[in-house]
Amino acid sequence: MNKPNERKLTIARAMAEAVAQEMRVDPSVFVMGEDIGKLGGVYGNTRGLLEEFGAERIRDTPISETAFIGAAVGAAQDGMRPVVELMFVDFFGVCFDAIYNLMAKNIYFSGGNFKVPMVLMTSTGGGYSDAGQHSQCLYGTFAHLPGMKVVCPSNAYDAKGLMTAAMRDDSPVVYMYHKSLQGMGWLATEPGATVHTPEESYTLEIGKAKVVREGTDVTIVSVGMGVHHALKAAAQLEEKGTSAEVVDLVSLVPLDRDTIRKSVAKTGRLIVVDEDYMSYGVSGEVIASVTEHDISVLKAAPKRVAYPDVPIPFARVMEQYCLPNPDKIVAAFDGMNAA
Amino acid sequence: MAPTREQQHWMYRNMVTSRKFEEAIAGIYFEGKTPVFSMADGPIPGEMHLSDGQEPVAVGVCAHLNAGDVVTATHRPHHQAIAKGVDLDKMAAEIFGKKTGLSGGRGGHMHLFDADVNFACSGIIAQGMGPAVGAALSRKMQNKPGVAVAFVGEGAVNQGGWHEAMNLAATWNLPFVCVIEDNAWGISVSKEDSTAISNNAERASAYGMPGIRIADNDPYAIFEAAGEAISQAREGNGPSLIEVETYRLAGHFMGDAEGYRPEGEKDALFEKDPIPKMRAKMLADGMAGEAELETIEAEAAARVEAAIKFARDSADPAPEDALTSVFA
Ligand SMILES: Cc1ncc(C[n+]2csc(CCOP(=O)(O)OP(=O)(O)O)c2C)c(N)n1
Repeated sequence: MNKPNERKLTIARAMAEAVAQEMRVDPSVFVMGEDIGKLGGVYGNTRGLLEEFGAERIRDTPISETAFIGAAVGAAQDGMRPVVELMFVDFFGVCFDAIYNLMAKNIYFSGGNFKVPMVLMTSTGGGYSDAGQHSQCLYGTFAHLPGMKVVCPSNAYDAKGLMTAAMRDDSPVVYMYHKSLQGMGWLATEPGATVHTPEESYTLEIGKAKVVREGTDVTIVSVGMGVHHALKAAAQLEEKGTSAEVVDLVSLVPLDRDTIRKSVAKTGRLIVVDEDYMSYGVSGEVIASVTEHDISVLKAAPKRVAYPDVPIPFARVMEQYCLPNPDKIVAAFDGMNAA
Repeated sequence: MAPTREQQHWMYRNMVTSRKFEEAIAGIYFEGKTPVFSMADGPIPGEMHLSDGQEPVAVGVCAHLNAGDVVTATHRPHHQAIAKGVDLDKMAAEIFGKKTGLSGGRGGHMHLFDADVNFACSGIIAQGMGPAVGAALSRKMQNKPGVAVAFVGEGAVNQGGWHEAMNLAATWNLPFVCVIEDNAWGISVSKEDSTAISNNAERASAYGMPGIRIADNDPYAIFEAAGEAISQAREGNGPSLIEVETYRLAGHFMGDAEGYRPEGEKDALFEKDPIPKMRAKMLADGMAGEAELETIEAEAAARVEAAIKFARDSADPAPEDALTSVFA
């Protein structure tokens, strides 16, 4: 329940507020990316920053991702704390070398003698018919490659705390925000992401999952938008007398395997919801985290509700057919019991 | 080399068709998306990038191409597709996400593919360059005729992939032409704020190829420069670069409030609308009579109307069609 004195923010505003607060106290923080200045970011997460901090620290870039993400690595190693935006995660292809061969490896190659304190923020997700080059999540792709922390908030409170933690971290952090959670009206907006967000600066521990709903019969693990599907599915299941626990991973790297295991040990059943492609991804990793640790906790085979292994189609009917949703989660649970 | 009377009529027809097509799309796009703009809803969901104002570039270049030549287009592809002869009914249906669309609704507006006229798109900036250069290489290796043209925006010229492809095309002396549509804006970032030089045609010299910049969106000058570049390429004399000063009369995408544009810029652009300008010139030069132009305009309107009706009347794909066409 919201109390009258509670201030609710969208994720976009929570992100911008975290950046602003950190920039006020740390002159080494600066932001760069495409359309992050006057436009305030396509997803609103840098709104108001140009007005307060000016074009030196809020820097619009050319469409030159390889160069500016590489430049962020160099600036980070040289004492700055850049926050860079890759507008859509789908665009990583033109600049991935700077990300996984430089940003993610220079700490290791230098034996820890260089720090790479940068944040790479990027939008994920579909559901609004923008087709296969603008709708992917690619969580697994980023989480698979060592050397970068990967976080993905499902609500504004977490978004703010994670952003502050990411900016203070001496390692590179990939900050993935789902478009439908940004609170931008023009995208299929999930109201559940707009929550109470304290005014003061605070951090959220990177690598810590949250049990966002307690239950006893099945654990539904997800991240980002999937958490909201999971919560809706849990409400549907409750009507049918099933008590579902929902785990929000919050961070993909490091992955909080303990919280997942504890929950599944309690419920005995596991469903993983992932808007990223099914194979070789987060869903498989979560299931492996449980099964290779102690398979005896499971009362049924785990299930995945994930995006099928096809590029994302434009037409609404086809895309909606592929996306995870609460009904598919409920069906997964029913299938689990039938088996 | 000035366009013949017949070529001028073709150019004008395609410019008008493109404009009317965009007007039709613009009229439909907000259906179901209001009162609060919701990109996901309506008969045409997703992003929509219109090319109003940029038509002269497409027609001036494509007037020299045939179906066998290769074009790679951008995220703003409608004018280029129309000028290249992409099937208008199937293109409209694709933009509506229908089963009858070019790709059965898989691609949508930023990913138009028509194998019949060798037309392809990418929504990733500058990523049409490599495939166009590859098509040019393939033509050369197979001793097949034809050229490949990559259209890009002026913002794309700052991508690494653009430079790499330019170097390949020049090193291998390929039948390739890069056409830059310089509308001065990459979303909200001006060319001035993103690009170290004002004339991208000068970059051609870095690759040892000819480069030319054409002022003021002039379809005749574009026609002439493209004719020269494409015939050079066809004759085996290698690639070239053309940058055209053009105008984006609409926002970057539909729903763009354009707060980044300096006050008054838009009004001034509308005064330069290339379609009435070309119309007036054709009349003044005696290249067409009023009645002929009206016929062209009426035919274009009818053609667009039919395509939109085809798209509206077509069925949605089956949802599970999403799982097909992943492999050949
Ligand atoms: C690699 C990549 N980076 C960023 C984008 C996002 N984006 C789409 S259009 C655009 C601006 C393109 O400007 P320009 O090339 O000048 O073409 P215009 O939109 O003006 O036609 C940007 C940054 C993208 N699609 N691909």
